[in-house]
Amino acid sequence: MKYSGKKYVKEELLPFFWCSGCGNGIIFAALIRAMEENNLEKKDIVAVTGIGCWGKADDYLKTHAFHGTHGRAIAVATGIKLANPLLHIFALVGDGDGATIGGNHLIHAARRNIDIITIMSNNLNYGMTGGQYSGTTPFDSITSTSRRGHAEDAFDISNLVKSAGAGYVARCTIDNPRMIQRFISKAIKKERGFRFIEVINICPTYFGRYNKFNNAVEMIKDIKERTVNIKDIEREGQEDLDGKIVVGEYIDKKVEGFLERYWGKIRNNA
Amino acid sequence: MICNKKGRHFMQGNIAVGEAAIISGARFFAGYPITPSSEIAEHASLNLPIAGGTFIQMEDEIGSLAAVIGASMAGVKAYTATSGPGLSLMNENIGLACMVEAPCVIVSVQRAGPSTGLATKPAQGDFYQFRYGTHGDHMIIALSPASVQECFDLTIKAFNFSERFRCPVFLALDAIIAKMYETVDIPGSDEIEILNRKIASTSDKDYLPYKPDENGVPLFVPFGSSLITRANSSGHGIDGYPCADDKNHDRLVRRLIDKIDRYKEEIALFKEFNISDVEILIISYGCSTRPALAAMKKARKKGIKAGVLQLQTLWPFPEAIVKSAVSQAKLILVPELSLGQLKSEITKYCPKKTVIGINKLGGTTIQPDDILAFLSKEIEL
Repeated sequence: MKYSGKKYVKEELLPFFWCSGCGNGIIFAALIRAMEENNLEKKDIVAVTGIGCWGKADDYLKTHAFHGTHGRAIAVATGIKLANPLLHIFALVGDGDGATIGGNHLIHAARRNIDIITIMSNNLNYGMTGGQYSGTTPFDSITSTSRRGHAEDAFDISNLVKSAGAGYVARCTIDNPRMIQRFISKAIKKERGFRFIEVINICPTYFGRYNKFNNAVEMIKDIKERTVNIKDIEREGQEDLDGKIVVGEYIDKKVEGFLERYWGKIRNNA
Repeated sequence: MICNKKGRHFMQGNIAVGEAAIISGARFFAGYPITPSSEIAEHASLNLPIAGGTFIQMEDEIGSLAAVIGASMAGVKAYTATSGPGLSLMNENIGLACMVEAPCVIVSVQRAGPSTGLATKPAQGDFYQFRYGTHGDHMIIALSPASVQECFDLTIKAFNFSERFRCPVFLALDAIIAKMYETVDIPGSDEIEILNRKIASTSDKDYLPYKPDENGVPLFVPFGSSLITRANSSGHGIDGYPCADDKNHDRLVRRLIDKIDRYKEEIALFKEFNISDVEILIISYGCSTRPALAAMKKARKKGIKAGVLQLQTLWPFPEAIVKSAVSQAKLILVPELSLGQLKSEITKYCPKKTVIGINKLGGTTIQPDDILAFLSKEIEL
C-alpha cells in the first residue's frame, strides 16, 4: 500500500519542530499510516495531547484535536469518548505526561478499559523542559535533575498497564517503524477497551548528551542491540533481560470495554 | 429519587441541584466523592443512565474536571460536584475550561477549611477561590443559592450562563444549603428556559474554532462534526493552532474576560428586602441569608430601618447592585462564615461607608442574634 498522509497531515506546518534525531517524527508517520491503512475519516478522529515534545503532535494534524494540560490527556479523552462513542480517540502522551504526572489517569483508564488508544512516546526524560528525569528514566542515568546519578528505578510501563487490566498492550521502538504501525493498526481494529502502545524513543539533545552518546545514530544502535522480541523469549526460554528492551505484544485479550458495559448493561437495566 | 417530575417536592439541596442539572440537559457527570457534596454524584449515578447520559467516578478531581471538559467539547452538557479540597485540585483544569472555552458547571459545596478542615461543617471561605483559584488572568461566573428552591433555579441559570458564555460556571453552595431539606416547586419543562450553545452551521466552510461572534463568544462545533475543530489550552490563534504572538495573547485573554464582563449586569442576580428606606444594610449570600432576614425582621419590629441585599451572583462581582444598595445606608453589616472575604470585596466598592463584618469560624451557623447584637450596639452609638 502506498501512503500519502495528505488527508491527515497539516503539511504547511512542516517541518516538525522536534530536534534532529528525535524519533517523534517516526512515531507520527507510523500513526498516520495506520490511520490511512484503516481508512479512518478525519472527522471521526480526535487527537488528545498534554504537554511535552510528543504533546505537540496534534499541531501537525488536520483531525479534531484537544491540546490540554500536562498529564491530563487520558482523562480528557475519557470524557470525549464517553460523550461520543463513535469517535476514534488517540491520546498521545510522553513518559512525563503519561507515566509520571498523569500516571494515575493511565492506570485507571487501563483498569476501566476506557475505549481509547494511547500512544506513549517514551524517551526516558523530559525533553521539552530541558532533560529532567521522569518515571521511566533508568536507574543511575544522568539527567539535568540527576546530575550525580539517578537513585530511582524506572517503571516498566507496558507491564504496569497490562497489570492494570488493559485489553491490548504492545511495546516497540523507533528502530522498527513497521512494528509501530502494525501495533497501532491492530489497536484501531480491536475497537474496544484500553489499547496502549509504548514506543521507545530517543532524546539525543538531552538524555543522549548527558549519557555520553555522541549522536542519534549511536542511540538507535544501542536500542537495536538491546532489543529482544517477546516471541523469541517465549520460544527460546527466559534469558537475562537486565537492560533489555522487550518488544512485542504484552497482552491481546478480548475485553468488553467500559462503553459496552455501561451502554449495554447499566443503561439498559436502568 | 425524583427525577424530572413536575410539581411540589420535599428534597435536599444537593438533590435539587441534580434534578435541575438533568432538566437543563446535562448528560455527563464525572466526579470524585467528597463530603458534603456526594449526594450530587449519587443522584447522577442513579438518574443519568435513565436519561441516556453517562456517569463516571474518576480517580481524582483533576481527572473529573478534565473528563467533564472533554465531554463538553464533544457537545454534551457536563457537570461535576465537589467541595473546597476537591476544588483546590480542580483549579488546574478550571483554567483549561476558561482557555478552551468549554461550557461546564462546577458545583462546590463549601466546608470549613483550610485543607481537610472540618469535613462535615459549613463555611463560606472559598469566595475568593472561586474567582482567583486558577492562575492567570481569567473570568468565571459564580452563583450561590440560599434555599433549596434556589438550588434548583440557580442550577438552571448556571447551565444557561455556561452555554451562553462558553465558560465554567460555579454553583457556590455551602454545607447548610446543600444538606437542608425544603419544599421545591419544579415547573413543567415548557415553563423552564433552557439555553444551548450556539453551533456553527456545517455549511460554514470558513469555520474557525476561536473566531468570536459579535458577543465575543466563538461558535461551537462538537468533536465528530464534519467541520473540524480544535480545543487548545496554550496560546492560540482563531484557528485553534498554537500562537505565541504577544498581541494575539493580549487579545485572546482580554476577550475571555470581556465576553463575560460586558454582560455582568445581566449576570448579576440578587434579592432585595426592605431596601427603599434602608439605614442599616445587611449584605449576605448563601447560608448567611436566613439569619440576616430574621435579624432584619426583629430589627424592624424595634423600629430600626434594616434591610437585606442577598447576592445570588458572586462573580463577576455585582458592583453596580452593591453600590446602589449601599448609597443611602449608614451602616453595612456583612455576616459570613469566613474572616471577611465578601466584606473585603464590598469595601472595595464603598470605601467611605462603615462596613462591619460578622465573622464566624468553627463550622457553626450565624445566628440572627449574632447580627442583632452588632446592630443594637451600633444603634446605641
